[in-house]
Amino acid sequence: MDIQTLTFIVVGLTFALYIGIAIWARAGSTNDFYVAGGGVPPVANGMATAADWMSAASFISMAGLISMLGYDGSVYLMGWTGGYVLLALCLAPYLRKFGKFTVPDFIGDRYYSQTARTVAVICAILVSFTYIAGQMRGVGVVFSRFLEVDITAGVLIGMAMVYFYTLLGGMKGITYTQVAQYCVLAFAYTVPAVFITMQMTGHFLPQTGFGATLADGSGQYLLERLDGLSTELGFAPYTEGTKSGLDVFAITMALMVGTAGLPHVIIRFFTVPKVRDARRSGGWALVFIAVVYTTAPAIASITKVNILNTLNGPDQQGVLYEDAPSWVTNWERTGLITWDDHNEDGRMFYSNDERNEMHVDADIIVLASPEIASLPNWVVALVAAGGVAAALSTSAGLLLVISSSVSHDLLKRTLMPNISDRQELFYARVAAGVAVVIGAYFGINPPGFVAQVVAFAFGLAAASFFPAIILGIFHKRMNSTGAIAGMVVGIIFTLSYIIYFRFINPAADTPENWWFGISPEGIGTVGMLLNFIVALTVLKFTKEAPKEIQDLVESIRYPKGAGAATGH
Amino acid sequence: MAFESEDHAKAYWKENLALMIKLLIVWFTVSFGFGIILVDWLNQITFFGFKLGFWFAQQGAIYTFIVLIFIYIHQMNKLDKKYKVDEE
Repeated sequence: MDIQTLTFIVVGLTFALYIGIAIWARAGSTNDFYVAGGGVPPVANGMATAADWMSAASFISMAGLISMLGYDGSVYLMGWTGGYVLLALCLAPYLRKFGKFTVPDFIGDRYYSQTARTVAVICAILVSFTYIAGQMRGVGVVFSRFLEVDITAGVLIGMAMVYFYTLLGGMKGITYTQVAQYCVLAFAYTVPAVFITMQMTGHFLPQTGFGATLADGSGQYLLERLDGLSTELGFAPYTEGTKSGLDVFAITMALMVGTAGLPHVIIRFFTVPKVRDARRSGGWALVFIAVVYTTAPAIASITKVNILNTLNGPDQQGVLYEDAPSWVTNWERTGLITWDDHNEDGRMFYSNDERNEMHVDADIIVLASPEIASLPNWVVALVAAGGVAAALSTSAGLLLVISSSVSHDLLKRTLMPNISDRQELFYARVAAGVAVVIGAYFGINPPGFVAQVVAFAFGLAAASFFPAIILGIFHKRMNSTGAIAGMVVGIIFTLSYIIYFRFINPAADTPENWWFGISPEGIGTVGMLLNFIVALTVLKFTKEAPKEIQDLVESIRYPKGAGAATGH
Repeated sequence: MAFESEDHAKAYWKENLALMIKLLIVWFTVSFGFGIILVDWLNQITFFGFKLGFWFAQQGAIYTFIVLIFIYIHQMNKLDKKYKVDEE
């Protein structure tokens, strides 16, 4: 059977599975819709959190980025996992005990202020929309390459799927479909990785395999070979970086803290029955995420060696274009690989100096890795289904955050406090519908800067939500004036720095011009520090939080007496 | 007040914070310490075919993070029982 038919069958089967689960898990109340009735077991919740977390960007782009960046790519590996330690230790159990539906709910109630709530709603919606647009691009890439449907049709099919099961099942439907999606995406990610590791080093585990010696009889370590090839071809040595140590530090910190401040991640911890389960969910989520994240650097380095060998030939003299393997021509059609024969010798050559004739987009490292390693067609089909699963699961989670921010935080808690549970549920579904349409628009007409904006969402979350939540839990005298001032200063500072260097004056976007050599990706770390400093300074000159709020903070610090999450 | 006394409440919170800070020091050391600040120095050591600093940045830190969370879960459950503030 050819790749396309197989892909249709595999993707079709997974779609049928997701729809089946959504019908089984229909939502009846706002409690079901927002927090799955608060009855999700921790292991299932961990799996759902992992699927929610691993977006099309993680699945499709991360290994590719690491492959291009080498050691510098470690910022994503450490940044996107280390945040879970902060979540499990410093945030999740306390927020679960607090027992509300959303992050703006916590900010609004803890800081007894509608202004704080509104600031939080705006941040939550902003962060979620930038994210969802990025997901849709991922769906587009997968559909256009593997199913050869038009990108527009691909996005519409994807959005219709997501809307269908969000509308029907709310958080409950999303959670259980995400469990299924996690299984699909983890399987699709690790199976090709095991195959290519065995081919290259004879090791079964990708995690140890990329440190092993090559199976070609040379006895050379894979990473040693890769360092050697990289230097020869004008790239930086793979296991060493080119970024400054301070910048690597700042980016890693911004990604970690941003992870712990993202509303669509935090909200997962409201769905478990007990405080104890919130802690356990964090642990399980990281286990499931680590399955993919520890595999990614193996795919990155092995596929890099594979690509260099296929394009440049074993003797590094270049390979004749007419002898190019089929994956090169397949991916040329999507524009993700290009060849420009400068020296007109009919041979392809990939390097980082004047000899270079290729452009290889980072996104194909994962998507094309089975083809590069000549794996069977069903593995290719599986990777397509995995990419779609990753994009759908994250979009659904984000959609829910947007719909609950609007129906719950904005309408119920701010503008129309008298609406009934049924009406609120109705508005939640309408808001999800509007969000789907906007998301689809961005998916079909992606703004060129989507990939960058997704990375910046972390900086914004780090500079706004994280300090406000941490101070809200660990500093019981922190008052509303301090928290609001901190959030506003943090987000405005971070946003201005990013907008200046990326959109107003991109020519100046070089390490010499950055403050202390910190790139816009890492500036959220400085924004977070500013937020803390401003909040604590303002507190010194204003009245501390009222007694009843301080008592409330005391009461979230131990597990006993945690009820189900409520909106009231 | 779920605690037997004000002193119990204070002691519980103090032990909780002490545990959290200890684990966060390890969290910082394996990632920012071994994976970033000391990376060049550790890279002189080879560990199962990896340069050690590189291994921490791309593998070791992640494994340590998992272990840290499970230690926290285990210790906190014990602490909750000790002060009788666990959930039934």
